[in-house]
Amino acid sequence: MAFAPRRAAASDLPPPPSAAALKAASLGEPQAAARLAMLWLQAFDFSAVNEIRYRDLDYVRLIGWLGAILDTDPRSRYPLFVASRIYAEVPDPAKARAMMEFIHAEYLKAPRDRWPALAHAALLAKHRLGDLPLALRYARALRAVADEPNVPLWATQMEIFILEDMNELEAAKIMLGGLLATGRITDPGERRFLQSRLEELERRIAAGKRPPTDR
Amino acid sequence: MHRALVIARFSLLEARRSGLPWLAACALVAALGLAAFVSQVALTEGAAVQAAVCAALLRAAAVFLVAAHVVAATAREVSDKVLDFVLAFPLSRPAWYLGKLAGLAVAGGLIAGAFALPLLAWSAPAGVLAWAVSLAFESALVAAAALFFASALAQPAAAISATVGLYLLARSIGAIQAIASGPHAEATLAGRAAQIAVDGVALLLPRLDAATRTAWLIYEPPAAADLAPVLAAIAAYTLLLVAAGLFDLSRRNL
Repeated sequence: MAFAPRRAAASDLPPPPSAAALKAASLGEPQAAARLAMLWLQAFDFSAVNEIRYRDLDYVRLIGWLGAILDTDPRSRYPLFVASRIYAEVPDPAKARAMMEFIHAEYLKAPRDRWPALAHAALLAKHRLGDLPLALRYARALRAVADEPNVPLWATQMEIFILEDMNELEAAKIMLGGLLATGRITDPGERRFLQSRLEELERRIAAGKRPPTDR
Repeated sequence: MHRALVIARFSLLEARRSGLPWLAACALVAALGLAAFVSQVALTEGAAVQAAVCAALLRAAAVFLVAAHVVAATAREVSDKVLDFVLAFPLSRPAWYLGKLAGLAVAGGLIAGAFALPLLAWSAPAGVLAWAVSLAFESALVAAAALFFASALAQPAAAISATVGLYLLARSIGAIQAIASGPHAEATLAGRAAQIAVDGVALLLPRLDAATRTAWLIYEPPAAADLAPVLAAIAAYTLLLVAAGLFDLSRRNL
């Protein structure tokens, strides 16, 4: 009789420990424990004893694991990097949304360090899910880091272009005009581009036309 | 004082000739190899993963090597009657004990320095220096604990177990306290009693979770005002163990 390997199940991912238990198990090395736990978690989808696609994982448990690991070393960017670049890009919209909400909740705890993950989540919400209100909510949350020097302008400008896509041209025009007035945009090429966008918005408001769908 | 320095020198010589340097070198190679492998698997923060894994392994290796060497050396001295022979000379027991501990602490410090050097590849020099100094203090504490337990307990296995148990408890007591007083802790009388017991045990232990932190290597080095109290606490606990060891040695009938 040929041996048939057991089919992996979504519940194979064990329930997550609490952050306190993970810290206790780390024996005073939370940074190492958090990163080793992340390596174990990211390899869970394919190993010698388990073969399961990312989208088949139990996302409730997965989010629990990511949260516990992030609480163990709050300054590590690894959990949110994997959350935004891998687990949020699954074809299952419900699971993708759940992961994006987790990213959003964790971003609010430390905006200055965690903005890259939320910026990527906003892009996914807009281009993968096609959920512009969700993308706008995330883009608006990025206002908290608008004055940080290490945050690129494209991340803080996302709200303007999402408003434009939502045909909220007046709001987009006000935001873009305000951004140009702050003087933060010093690159001449970028300034010209944004100025031309502002003028186009004004023309479209005047003409009452719908926004172009390609960008 | 001079006699204690002679004992310290011979203690250091014994550590050098016992194979401890080779074991330390093997531990260093193993830690670097494992950290390099793990960093290849990491999707991001490769340097931080390497530094964190390597530092954690080297810290554990340094402590274990020092503890094992101290216990083995002490057990050999007892079984070969070397201690009885040495104390037949005009050498006081405190001088022998302090000299031996000084030599072992220097050996631990040299191991800490050797283990810190590779970390310069991923971390700032200030953070590596703080880590190395803290590990040297931690090694001295473990040497003092191992010497005390090796002198007080008859069996080497019991002495190593006691030393390692004390060390692991000291490293994890902070997290245990957090669990005992956390939101999921029971609000009953038994829960409160457990919390008081854990807090009481924590008072008796050095807070080694605040020492030799990997965060100094991958984030920023500690301020001197933050590092000094940690090192002072370790030094105070080491002196406590030395006092206990001297008391135990003075009352023994040799």
